[in-house]
Amino acid sequence: MAAADELTFHEFEEATNLLAETPDAATTSRSNQPTSQGHVAVAMGSGDSYGAEDEVEEESDKASLLQEKQQQQQQPGFWTFSYYQSFFDVDTSQVLDRIKGSLLPRPGHNFVRHYLRNQPDLYGPFWICATLAFVLAVTGNLTLVLAQRRDPSIHYSPQFHKVTVAGISIYCYAWLVPLALWGFLRWRKGVRERVGPYTFLETVCVYGYSLFVFIPMVVLWLIPVPWLQWLFGALALGLSAAGLVFTLWPVVREDTRLVAAALLSTVVLLHALLAMGCKLYFFQSLPPEHVAPPHQAASLPTNIPLSPTLPRSMAPS
Amino acid sequence: MAEAEESPGDPGTASPRPLFAGLSDISISQDIPVEGEITIPIRSRIREFDSSTLNESVHSTIMRDLKAVGKKFMHVLYPRKSNTLLRDWDLWGPLILCVTLALMLQRDSADSEKDGGPQFAEVFVIVWFGAVTITLNSKLLGGNISFFQSLCVLGYCILPLTVAMLICRLVLLAGPGPVNFMVRLFVVIVMFAWSIVASTAFLADSQPPNRRALAVYPVFLFYFVISWMILTFTPQ
Repeated sequence: MAAADELTFHEFEEATNLLAETPDAATTSRSNQPTSQGHVAVAMGSGDSYGAEDEVEEESDKASLLQEKQQQQQQPGFWTFSYYQSFFDVDTSQVLDRIKGSLLPRPGHNFVRHYLRNQPDLYGPFWICATLAFVLAVTGNLTLVLAQRRDPSIHYSPQFHKVTVAGISIYCYAWLVPLALWGFLRWRKGVRERVGPYTFLETVCVYGYSLFVFIPMVVLWLIPVPWLQWLFGALALGLSAAGLVFTLWPVVREDTRLVAAALLSTVVLLHALLAMGCKLYFFQSLPPEHVAPPHQAASLPTNIPLSPTLPRSMAPS
Repeated sequence: MAEAEESPGDPGTASPRPLFAGLSDISISQDIPVEGEITIPIRSRIREFDSSTLNESVHSTIMRDLKAVGKKFMHVLYPRKSNTLLRDWDLWGPLILCVTLALMLQRDSADSEKDGGPQFAEVFVIVWFGAVTITLNSKLLGGNISFFQSLCVLGYCILPLTVAMLICRLVLLAGPGPVNFMVRLFVVIVMFAWSIVASTAFLADSQPPNRRALAVYPVFLFYFVISWMILTFTPQ
């Protein structure tokens, strides 16, 4: 972003931040909010004070918004086409905006409140998962082709089953993990008689958009330099997990410390497992000295070991 | 037309008197133009129409459908904004193209299970389920194209990629090598662009302008996957 832009629109940006956090408040700026952004994710103590008054306003707003939404959503039944059309009610600019928001997570910006504004869409998660699955399969294949170029002893064949594996694993991750997370959050909130803080669709949306950063990461993994690959992987994982953590933090911080830490670390761990699973399964490159595959059950004519099962990243919950 | 209204067309509402009793009272004067024919030539025309498709030879039935398919192929190869594909949609063309593509792309049965290119069923599923998914996506985004019209357009626009597959197979007969690969890459890229342009010419108008990119991107992904399958085809 250019410096001139930042100076010009700074006021409006603050206003949009505030509108996103407390939709009922008037647009007066609070001086401590921008500076406390750095503290929110790290320390629980300093975040509590401004969090408390947020919560009250947020809760009443949430309740009224949820009631409105339920009323809106109960009108078309789930068996009608227009019910599902309401989940695709996005424009190109909105989708691009949400993707940008997931690429650059900021500590004060909750993805759900700031970008989704309680209007989750299914377009983003579905097509980002489809793109990621196909890009994984294509680049995994391309890696084999490039490896064969360098070392002609490797026998190359287009491995189409990787498309199936990629598709199933990405879609299971992007739909079952949010389901488990949503269920867990509802169970934790249920003891206080409050409605779950994020609807299921909002959770799916957050996860779907957070997977977007893996697409350029996977493409950059074509570069056959191992430390560069790990660097890109760590960067992408950091961005993606940060987005998830910043979104879940306001929901989880009023729970006990143990549960909050456990939940956030599980989320980050599952994300890391997905990234590592992708790297290990789709981007295995064989050092040219090896001839016999170590873990192969069936005899294949190739020299490339293909692990028959996807390691650990398939565990949804 | 008052006299005509007393014609014996409504015997049920007439008072109980002998039927057609007042018929002689009706006089259709010469200066009221009565239009239309009393004799019904339509029946013979309907009979003619029925027999024209029932009794025609199998050859002419097949040729009529093939000509329709061929005409649509021409519209795909030279895409301009026209409604032919949308108005008279049919799914024969997509079926022929999909079967041809899947037959050419399938791996040999000698290949092992986990290696090699796609099976026939996998190509078939990708093409048809991909087209259905894109159609559903387009309809959910609010497009005003019907389900089968969209399937028809997407299926017909696979034609350039099928031509690319044929060319690639011919080029592969010359033996592997980098020149070979560059030629195939160039052909596939050109045909891929042709497919996208052709399908966008037909489909883009059906979406509101602020969502056009959202509807076109899945089409891009669909043809990209098919192009990748064509490019990575290696005869075993």
